[in-house]
Amino acid sequence: MPATTEQRNAVLILADGNVFYGKAFGKIGTTSGEICFNTGMTGYQEVFTDPSYFGQVLIMNNVHTGNYGVKKDDRESDSVKIRGLIGRNLEEKYSRMMADDSLQDYLEKQNVVAIEEIDTRALVAHIRTKGAMNCIISSETTDVEDLKRQLASVPSMDGLELASSVSTDEVYHLGDPESPIRVAVMDYGVKKNIIQCLADRGAYVRVHPAKTPVKDLLEFNPDGYFISNGPGDPAAMPYAVETVKELLKTDKPLFGICLGHQLLALANGIPTFKMHHGHRGLNHPVKNIVTGYCEITTQNHGFGVDPEAVRNSPNVEITHVNLNDESIEGIRIKGKPAFSVQYHPESTPGPHDSRYLFDQFIGMMK
Amino acid sequence: MPQDKSIKTVLIIGSGPIIVGQACEFDYSGSQAARSLREEGVSVILINSNPATIMTDPMMADRVYLLPLTVESIEKILEENNIDAVLPTMGGQTALNLAKEAEELGIWEKYNVRLIGVDIKAIEKAEDREKFRQWMIQMNIPVAPAKTANSFLEGKEFAQDIGFPLVIRPSFTLGGTGGGFVHSKDQLDEALNRGLSASPIHEVLVEKAVLGWKEFELELLRDSNDNVAIICTVENFDPMGIHTGDSITVAPAMTLSDTAFQLMRNTAISMMRNLGNFAGGCNVQFALNPETEGIIAIEINPRVSRSSALASKATGYPIAKIAAKLALGFTLDELKNQITKTTSAYFEPALDYVIVKIPRWNFDKFKGANDTLGLQMKSVGEVMAIGRSFTEAVQKACQSLENNAVGLGYYGKSLMHADEIVEYLKTPKWDRIFRIKDALMMGISVKTIVQATLIDRWFIYEIKKIVDTEKEIAKYKLATLPLDLLRKAKTMGFSDEQICRIMQNGDEEDLYQKRKAAGIRRVYKMVDTCSAEFEAKTPYFYSSFESSGYNESKVSDKKKIIVLGSGPNRIGQGIEFDYCCVHGLLAIREEGYEAIMVNCNPETVSTDFDIADKLYFEPVFWEHLREIIDLEKPDGIIVQLGGQTALKLSAKIHELGIPIIGTSYDNMDIAEDRGRFSDMLKDLGIPYPKYGTAYNVDDAVEVAKEVQYPVLVRPSYVLGGQRMRIVINDDELEKAVVSLLKHLPGNKILIDHFLDRCQEAEIDAIFDGENFHVMGVMEHIEPAGIHSGDSNAVLPAFNLTPLEVTTMEYYAEKIARSLNIRGLINIQFAVKNGQVFVIEANPRASRTTPFIAKAYQIPYLNIATKIMMGTHKITDFTFEKKLEGFAIKEPVFSFDKFPGVSKELGPEMKSTGEAIRFIKDLRDPYFRTLYKERSMHLSK
Repeated sequence: MPATTEQRNAVLILADGNVFYGKAFGKIGTTSGEICFNTGMTGYQEVFTDPSYFGQVLIMNNVHTGNYGVKKDDRESDSVKIRGLIGRNLEEKYSRMMADDSLQDYLEKQNVVAIEEIDTRALVAHIRTKGAMNCIISSETTDVEDLKRQLASVPSMDGLELASSVSTDEVYHLGDPESPIRVAVMDYGVKKNIIQCLADRGAYVRVHPAKTPVKDLLEFNPDGYFISNGPGDPAAMPYAVETVKELLKTDKPLFGICLGHQLLALANGIPTFKMHHGHRGLNHPVKNIVTGYCEITTQNHGFGVDPEAVRNSPNVEITHVNLNDESIEGIRIKGKPAFSVQYHPESTPGPHDSRYLFDQFIGMMK
Repeated sequence: MPQDKSIKTVLIIGSGPIIVGQACEFDYSGSQAARSLREEGVSVILINSNPATIMTDPMMADRVYLLPLTVESIEKILEENNIDAVLPTMGGQTALNLAKEAEELGIWEKYNVRLIGVDIKAIEKAEDREKFRQWMIQMNIPVAPAKTANSFLEGKEFAQDIGFPLVIRPSFTLGGTGGGFVHSKDQLDEALNRGLSASPIHEVLVEKAVLGWKEFELELLRDSNDNVAIICTVENFDPMGIHTGDSITVAPAMTLSDTAFQLMRNTAISMMRNLGNFAGGCNVQFALNPETEGIIAIEINPRVSRSSALASKATGYPIAKIAAKLALGFTLDELKNQITKTTSAYFEPALDYVIVKIPRWNFDKFKGANDTLGLQMKSVGEVMAIGRSFTEAVQKACQSLENNAVGLGYYGKSLMHADEIVEYLKTPKWDRIFRIKDALMMGISVKTIVQATLIDRWFIYEIKKIVDTEKEIAKYKLATLPLDLLRKAKTMGFSDEQICRIMQNGDEEDLYQKRKAAGIRRVYKMVDTCSAEFEAKTPYFYSSFESSGYNESKVSDKKKIIVLGSGPNRIGQGIEFDYCCVHGLLAIREEGYEAIMVNCNPETVSTDFDIADKLYFEPVFWEHLREIIDLEKPDGIIVQLGGQTALKLSAKIHELGIPIIGTSYDNMDIAEDRGRFSDMLKDLGIPYPKYGTAYNVDDAVEVAKEVQYPVLVRPSYVLGGQRMRIVINDDELEKAVVSLLKHLPGNKILIDHFLDRCQEAEIDAIFDGENFHVMGVMEHIEPAGIHSGDSNAVLPAFNLTPLEVTTMEYYAEKIARSLNIRGLINIQFAVKNGQVFVIEANPRASRTTPFIAKAYQIPYLNIATKIMMGTHKITDFTFEKKLEGFAIKEPVFSFDKFPGVSKELGPEMKSTGEAIRFIKDLRDPYFRTLYKERSMHLSK
C-alpha cells in the first residue's frame, strides 16, 4: 500500500460485465488484456517479466505480493511483460537486503497499472468457472460505462499472434564461443533463464528473432535447435510451424518448451486449442512415464495440444502427463531426436525438478 | 509402487502423556495414521499410555493397549499379536526413541517385525548431532561451525575455538531440553553442565550461534520411489535463536525470494533422498543469512511433528494420513488429493491466505521460571489463525490466545517508557509482539525495533499498519467513526471490542450493529490446498472481510449443532477436551444433525476437516462465534465439551437467544457462581466448607475469622486453580489478597475454609432429567491441598467406606436434579472424619471423563452428547463397566523444562499431561509406592 494516506480508487471490469472495486497501485492509468491467475507463492518478479505473459492481466492468488521488493537479477526479460496486475495486498514496503527497489516504484517505472484490495479468491473462482476472458483496470476513471466501451475493443487472445512482438530484434549470443556444442534458439519470447540453463551446461547459444529464415539458422551450423516459449496462440503462427518442420528435417536434436512444445505438435499435424483457463503456477504435478519419476513443475500456458490427436498420431510418443488432469505435458517424435514439454523446466520461478531435460538435450548433442 | 500387501498388521506407537515439547499434535497424527492404514485394509494395533487421546479409542484401532511406553509393553504386545510392521514416525521423539531401544535389544528382529516409514540408520543420522553434521559436510551442505563434546573439558576447549556467541545443543533430547545460548565466557560452565546432563548419552554440540538469521521450516513428503513434495514452507517471525515451538510462525513464507526458496527446496530434497530408507513426512529447518541469502541446515526430523500438524491445518493437506500410506509402499502419484478428491496427492499446496501461529505460554504457573525464550521450548500450547493478510491473521491469533487480548495490543494497561521498552525488546519474551506494537505506538522507529529484535522489518511494517490504523480510530467515537475506516480496521483484523476500547466509546454490541447495518460482515473462505484453482468440496472455512461479499460457506437446510472447542492447550485445559469434542461431533452426526466445529487449536483432531460436517477454524472468541451463529442459525450450541473456554461464552449465547444444548445457562451459572451454588447446597442440606467473599484485605480478614483458618484464597472464575493459595494466618492472607488484586484488579475473592488432612474424591455423572448415572467415583491418593489435576486419582475409590461413597453418589444425584443437568456433571468432594463435603461442581465434561471412558471401555461422551441433545435417555443404553482392579490417572509434569521452579504441588495445577495405569489390586508395588509418598510433594 503506498505511503500516501489517501489511496486512489480503482476499478476492474470483466468482459462478462462483472465489476470489482479496489485501490490503485503501480502506475495511475488504464490497461486491458486477458485475465489469468498464477498460484505461485514466490517469484512474482520473474513472472511479471516472463514474455509468455505478454498481453495478460495477472491475478496473484497469493495474498501478499511485493514483500521482498524487486531485484535486477530476478528478471526473465528486460521489462515487465504483464499488462496489468491484480492483487489482494500489494506491498510497497519490502524487506530484502539484496533488493534494488520496491514493487510500487518498479511498476510505476515500468508503466504497469495495478489494482489491490480485490477479493482475488472470488475472482479466481469466477475465472475458473467462466473461463479466461478480457478485462480492463483503471485508476484514472471509475466511469464503468466508458471503460466497458474500451474493453469491447480489446482483441481476443484466441487467434492472436504475439510472439513476434516480444522476440528479440537482433541476433545475440551467450556462452563460450569456443564450445563444441552450438545451440540455435528460436526466440518467440524466450525467458532469460532458458538461455542461461543452456549456457550453464557449456553450450554456445545464438538467439534468433522469431521470423528468422531457416537458411540463416542452418548457416550457424548448430548442433541442436531450441524452440522457445512465448505468448499468444500457436495456431496463429504458421511461419513458426514451417520453421519447425524445416528444422526437423535436419535430424538434429530439437527441444521445445511451452509454445515450442505446441509448435512441435503443430508441425506434426497435431492441433492446439485454447484452454478454459490455463495452467499457471509452480505446483503442477507431472509424471515422466518413461522413467516413472514425478516432478513438480512450473507452468504458464493458456493453450494446449489436443490429447486425442497426440494419442492417435503415429509420429508422436507421450513422455510426460499431468497428474491432476491427465493432460499431455511432454512428447517426443518417433525416429527423431526431437522432444518438447508443455511446462517450464528452467523454472524461474519454481521448483528445479525438471532441469534434467536440459542435460538430456545437451547430452543428445554430445 | 503399490501397497505392500505383506503388511497386514501394523503397530503404531503413540507419544504418551502431554509434556512441554510433545503435545496433542501426536494424537492428531496417530489418529490420522490409524484411520489411513485401516482404509487400506490393514489391522492397527496401538500403544499409548495417554487416556485423553482419540487415538486410543476403540473406534480408532483394532486393538488398543493403554500401557506405559516401555520395551516390556512392546514385547507383551508382540507376544499377543501377530504384527508384521511397526510405524514409529507418528508418536514424536518418544516413539522414535522407543523403537530405537527395541531395535538395540533385538526385539523387532526376534518377532520378525519390520520398521516401516523409516529405518534406524536414518533416525540416527538425523537425531545424532554429530552424525548429522558429518552427513551435511559430506553432502556439501553448509552448517554452522561446531564440534561435538563428550566432556566438560572438551566443551570448554571447543568453545574457545569457535568463539561467542555460541549454542550448546544436547544430543537426543526433546524440544531442545537442556540447550541454550552462551553469549560470554562466564555463562559457559553452567550451560555446558546443563547440556551434558540433559543428554542421555552425555554429549553436546558446541555450535556457532547464527543470531539474527532468518529461520524457515519446510514440511515435506517423500515416497519410496524418491518423489518429494514440499507441503508447506513456514517462516518464523522470530529470528534464529528461539525454539520453533516457541516462535510465532507464518505460512506461506512472507519474505522469501524464489531464488532463496528454491535453494532451500533443492537442499531439503537432496537431504531427504540421501537420508536412507524413508517414506513419510519429514521436517527440515534452515537458517538464512539475510545479507547474502546463503543458508545453513539446522536439522531434519524424519517423522511427523508439531510443525507437520500445523502444516496440515495450514494447507488442508493431511500429512500424517498420506505419510501412513507412503509407509505402506504407496507412491504419491498413486494417491489423490484428499481435499479436491480429483487432483493428485503429489503436488505442492498453494495458499491464498496467511496463517499465523502464536504459542501459548503458562509462565504464571511456574513461579521462578526464566521466561526468556530460547532453544528450549517452554510453551504449553498454540493457536493458529487464518486471514487474508498478515495483519488480519495476527490479530485473529491474538484473539484466539484467550489471555484477555482482544487483538494485537494491551488496552488499558500502563506502557513502559520509550528507552525501557527498546531495552525490553532485546530479550525475547512471550509478550514481545505486544511490546513491539506498544513501541510503535510510542513512535519508536521500525529501524530501532528491527535492531533491537532482529525480526525481519517486513513484519514490523505490517504491525505498523495496525498501529497507524489504531491511531486513526482513536480520533473518533462510535457515532463519528467513518465506515471506510471501520471497514479497513475490520480487514486488518481489529475486533469490535478492540475498536471500542481504542475509541473509549461504545461497546462490542453497538459496534457490531453499526457495521452490520453498513454491510461490513464476515465472509467465509475455504481452505482448499490449491488457491481456488480447482473446485474443492471440503467444508473447512475461515473468515475474512472482502469487499466482494462473496461467501463460500453455503448454509444447508439440515438441523445443525455447533460444538465449541477449548482453544489453545494450557495447563488445566488440554487434549481431554479435544477428545470430548470429537465424540460430541460424531454423536451429533449419528443423530442426523449437521455437526459444526469451531476451534483455533491446530494440534487437535476435532479440527480435522473430516471429523465435523463443517469446520470453522476461528478464534473461540465471542465476535467470531456470533457471526458464525448469524450465518448458520444453528438449532443449538454445545458448550459442555470445550472446557471452561466454551462454558464462559454461554452467557452471551443465552442473551442472543440461541439454545444451549443440555443444561440451561441459568443452571450452569448456579454451579459456577459460588454464592448461588452454596445457597443451593444449603437448601439441599448438603455440607460444604464454610466460605465467604471479599473485595479487599479488611473484608478478607473478617471472612477468614468467620470461616476459620486454614483458608483457601482464590479469585472467582479461574482455570486450573490459577493463583489459588492456602494460608494459615492474617499476614499470609493479606499478602495473598494483595497479590491477587494486583494481577486481577477488581476481582471478587473467594475464601473457603480449607479442610486440612481430608481425603479428596470426585464423581463424573450423567443426568437426563429423570435418570442419574454415575460414570465413575475417583479417589485421590494425595490428601487435599493438591489440585485435582495434579493428584493421582484411583478409579473406583479404594479407601473410602461404602457409606462415604454412597453419600457422595447421593449428593451428586441431588445436585444434578437440582441443577436440572442435561448431560455431564463433575463434582468434587472432601471427606473428613466420615463426613462428606461438596467442594465444587462443574456442569460440563471434566478432565477425567475421557479417563473413565477408557478405563471402563464405555463411550461415555457419545452417550452424554445424545442425552444433552435429548434424543436419548440413559435407559436407552446399557453400561457394562469392564475394569478388573483399578485404573490410576497419573499426572505428568514438565518441570525439567523450567529449571529453578519449585516442584512443590499445591492448589494451583502444574501438570501438563496424564497417563493411565491399570493395577490388579492394592498390593501392586507401583501403587504402594505412590501411596507411601502421597504427602511428599505437598507444598503446605
